Amino acid sequence: MLDKKINHPLHEKENRTICFSDAIMVKVKQIIARYPAGREKSAILPLLHIAQEEFDGYLSVDAMDYVAGLLNIQPIEVYEVATFYSQYYLDPVGKYVIEICRTGPCAICGGEKMQTYLEKKLAIKTGETTPDGLFTVKAVECLGACGSAPVMQINTEFYEFLTEEKIDQILEELTVKAKKEKPEKSKWIEKFF
Amino acid sequence: MDRKILLNNIAVPGIRSFAVYRSNGGYQSVEKALKRMTPDEVIEEVKKSGLRGRGGAGFPAGMKWSFINKKSEKPCYLICNADESEPGTFKDRFLMEKIPHILIEGMIGASYALGANTAYIYVRGEYKYLIGILNVAIREAYRNGFLGKNILGSSYSLDIHVHSGAGAYICGEETAMIESLEGKRGNPRIKPPFPAVIGLYGCPTVVNNVETLANVGFIINNGGSEYARYGTGKSTGTKLISACGNINNPGVYEIELGLSVREFIYNEKYCGGIKDGKELKAVIAGGSSVPILPKDLILQTAAGEERLMTYESLAEGGFVSGTSLGSGGFIVYDEDACIVRNTWNLARFYHHESCGQCSPCREGTGWMENVLHRIETGKGRMKDIDLLVSIANKIEGNTICPLGDAAAWPVASAIRHFRHEFEEHVLHPEKCKNPSLQRTRSNGFAIRWHKFTSGLQIHWSV
Repeated sequence: MLDKKINHPLHEKENRTICFSDAIMVKVKQIIARYPAGREKSAILPLLHIAQEEFDGYLSVDAMDYVAGLLNIQPIEVYEVATFYSQYYLDPVGKYVIEICRTGPCAICGGEKMQTYLEKKLAIKTGETTPDGLFTVKAVECLGACGSAPVMQINTEFYEFLTEEKIDQILEELTVKAKKEKPEKSKWIEKFF
Repeated sequence: MDRKILLNNIAVPGIRSFAVYRSNGGYQSVEKALKRMTPDEVIEEVKKSGLRGRGGAGFPAGMKWSFINKKSEKPCYLICNADESEPGTFKDRFLMEKIPHILIEGMIGASYALGANTAYIYVRGEYKYLIGILNVAIREAYRNGFLGKNILGSSYSLDIHVHSGAGAYICGEETAMIESLEGKRGNPRIKPPFPAVIGLYGCPTVVNNVETLANVGFIINNGGSEYARYGTGKSTGTKLISACGNINNPGVYEIELGLSVREFIYNEKYCGGIKDGKELKAVIAGGSSVPILPKDLILQTAAGEERLMTYESLAEGGFVSGTSLGSGGFIVYDEDACIVRNTWNLARFYHHESCGQCSPCREGTGWMENVLHRIETGKGRMKDIDLLVSIANKIEGNTICPLGDAAAWPVASAIRHFRHEFEEHVLHPEKCKNPSLQRTRSNGFAIRWHKFTSGLQIHWSV
């Protein structure tokens, strides 16, 4: 958890505009209203999830500064939170982030083999993104689905009882899906927050 | 021994929805509590039930509730701990996915007893799909008048909100969870003051596990003494056990406390025996933090008595030959499992999840991971084994929160019960049966070279 690096704010200034749409802002206000007046900072975790989803799947320094502005707190307060939690990505990731579980119960049921297979299949190492920007493989600790080990999570979806054939099929489906569909991100946020 | 409290209606189609849940007797406890009971009476019933926290520590829930100072002018908060991240544990996920309303019903009863008007469900970030399910259930409860202002026409009001974590095991510790809910890093606080005195936003707070709260509805409906009729001795009620590892039927089982461990492992109704007809080697009985026990000690206590699935029986023998019921994450290892590799794996987990506040845990977990990895990859030295014990002893009890203990126990217990395996790994690493390692192990020259060069290094010690 401590090994994440943060980009220096002066290092690279982004060209894109970082700003939530009106629809998302309605949601943001609802989330902030869940916490008592003066305790808006509590909304930081959900807002970072939304920011990550909205702004290309990772938290750039600009995105974090934007969230700080929304909550009226210092940017450093957002940085220290974003670097602590493992689900916030501080570097760009692929469209599909494959998080494969490698902790105890999954490991004895073949989780490590699945990780090796994924690396081989996508021809990347854990932590890297495929050149087409579709898949990022990350190894994570317990996903809480030990009864259906080995398990991986792709974005918010769980894939359980993995086998090599099943992984082939999942990757195939996702590749086809990525070519066809236009991303409908707000749906995800509507559903989960 | 198959009486159930939580999962009686699990097979009813559509039990996830409010209408079906309600028509199967759901939310009666809210009516009973709000119309016919005072908050103190609810606490009294929960105390009488002997319900113990189901998150791992097993602290009596009624007693925790009674620590709240009702005369305080500050608002009181209830937090439902749904940050289930203990390796081997997935019971709360199952419960919230299948019957979310049982949790909401229990939370209403608990909040009423505590005088809390706001409650939060802290769900771990990985369970994002559950947030959707819980939000639907909460909305249904609002629509039917069980949440919001003046519930069922009474003067009591309650709001429940879902809060998502973002991938940090440590946030399952109650004070770290409070910090996280306040929008900070999940660094546990020093206790005392306990959350019941100074918790969320400096106000009195109770943090309870999902399963603990789910039991409250039954207790209010049937009375604490009826609940205490389930189970045996001081382990009252039922427990959700999430069984996984090398068994035939992994899954979540509701058992009445007092079932024998042997029956739980071998009965077709539960784990259904070891996969592929292999032999049982070891069991971690309550989530990865509790001591691992070899076959002979998990089936029987050191005194030769049958080991039961109760808080007391599993703890029989203390740290020498006992373990703990913990969170109910039951991990079974078959004869081929490599204890060294598994211990290294868990040490890596705790190193990754240490928040970094206390030096013994921040540094010690990393040392244990490195030393275990050295043994695991065939570069170990005999004195590494005692080094590990020494590190574990120095972490245990010297940290703010129990993560340090949780990291030390698996290592210390694995060495206590499987020392010969560690020694074997140091002497003949190439003999390890773990198939995933054959590839790296087959290179005998590399291993000999490592042994040679490691002999030249200056040895560091702790």
